[in-house]
Amino acid sequence: MVMDLAIVWPTNIENVGIWVAAFLTLCIYSFLYKDNPFYKFAEYLFVGVSAGYWVAMQYYNSLKPNLIDNLAIGFEKFDYHLWYIVPGILGIIMLLRLAPSIAWISRWSLAFVVGLSAGINLIAYLQGNAIAQIKGTMVPLWVMSPDGDILKSIWMSFCNWVIVGGVFCGLIYFFFSVEHRGVVGGISRIGIYFLMISFGASFGYTIMARISLLIGRMLFLLGDWLQLIR
Amino acid sequence: METLAKILNSLKTLDRRIIFLFTALAVIIPLLTGFGIPSKKITREVQGIYDTIEKIPPESKVLISFDYDPQTKPECHPMTVGLITHLFRKNLKVVGIALWPAGSALGEQVLIEKSKEFNKQYGTDYVFLGYKSGGDVVIQKLCTNFRDTFPTDSKNEPLDKFPVLNNVTRLSDFAAVLSLSSGDPGLKQWTIIGHEQTGVLVAGGCTAVSAPEFYPYLDARQMFGLLGGMKGASEYETLLAIKGQASAGMGAQSVVHMVIILFIILANISYFYEKKKQKLGIVD
Repeated sequence: MVMDLAIVWPTNIENVGIWVAAFLTLCIYSFLYKDNPFYKFAEYLFVGVSAGYWVAMQYYNSLKPNLIDNLAIGFEKFDYHLWYIVPGILGIIMLLRLAPSIAWISRWSLAFVVGLSAGINLIAYLQGNAIAQIKGTMVPLWVMSPDGDILKSIWMSFCNWVIVGGVFCGLIYFFFSVEHRGVVGGISRIGIYFLMISFGASFGYTIMARISLLIGRMLFLLGDWLQLIR
Repeated sequence: METLAKILNSLKTLDRRIIFLFTALAVIIPLLTGFGIPSKKITREVQGIYDTIEKIPPESKVLISFDYDPQTKPECHPMTVGLITHLFRKNLKVVGIALWPAGSALGEQVLIEKSKEFNKQYGTDYVFLGYKSGGDVVIQKLCTNFRDTFPTDSKNEPLDKFPVLNNVTRLSDFAAVLSLSSGDPGLKQWTIIGHEQTGVLVAGGCTAVSAPEFYPYLDARQMFGLLGGMKGASEYETLLAIKGQASAGMGAQSVVHMVIILFIILANISYFYEKKKQKLGIVD
């Protein structure tokens, strides 16, 4: 796997890109030692480039095809889609947040967005998230394995008990109308254990994700840049 | 005994940069030497995607949505490579879209590379429709009217030009939908909206951070599989018998995990030692 060092020299535009990316990666990682001007430079550059990139992306992928082009086509063909002006005005109103004295008008646009999103998503999320998940919790507490294996049946049943028990105890933990003492307190405590196990799993996965990003950068530095891995 | 006490005391004030150094070495050394702890186990959720794609009849159409960006490329990109390799190997027709703007370029790059490798023709075997803003609303619209949502491909050519899209009018015309997702909109929306409204089979890959939130959907059979982070991608590469970026990274991943576990154990020993000292009233 290890090859001789055959560093890519910045002789063409693609290789210059590799050198810039490698330099900026090292600038960012230098923060692990301590804050320094190289890190600050890379940080500010990233913020600036990201902002510019997003403005361009939003203009060409959202504003232009959905509003400007539709209005322009309407004027060209004398088939005016004037109702496109309404979302245009709502968009401009949103920008009024930048003027503190009339910033309150931007709430109209926000109200429109919130109302529309709620209306569109309410049924979809209720059907796909809430009802389907409740259905997924309603499992039989005794399951017979298709091959009749008793140990497998016990294991499958145990898994279903964990699902039902976990949901029940978790719900009790979030039920605040009754004081969490006695039996309710005990069930709520079991609910906490279920939640802690779930947080632990999430944290483990988070570590794996962060390390994956580090591995990705190292593969770039050692492979694409230093050519130590091919 | 005194030396051990000294070591345990020094652990309390261990410079975090030493942990960073060990983590870096745990990544670099396995990558350079190929050393790592092999994992041949294929999880049920990864096997689910592989088996389902194997069962889809050749020439069927599969929609693949690139819902990620360069920030999560090390995790999601190997999944894209693996899934497109499998789809082309199985002679399935691939329709690519993106709900994330930066996902558009990343996904198209893999489609072009793999189409050359498998000798697939643009428009006949695969097509790329590009990015569409709107997230949830795009998926809702695709459920009922595919061509209104994407009237052209990414190069503004009308869809009628492409035989691969013959008879495609709505989401349910696809044999399956795959989403490579690093957030919203992504796999979750494809499951909640796409699957629930049309019944189309949905699966995909996501970053390891978001993987736990998809297990309830797997258990409720709303998804037919899941590739969770680099681990899921490497398992898929194992199933396809290819040596990709995820497999290359998993050796380092396992070594780093061992290092982190070691540091957690050391931190706990130091913690309990300190507690015991306080209980016994020992002062340094």
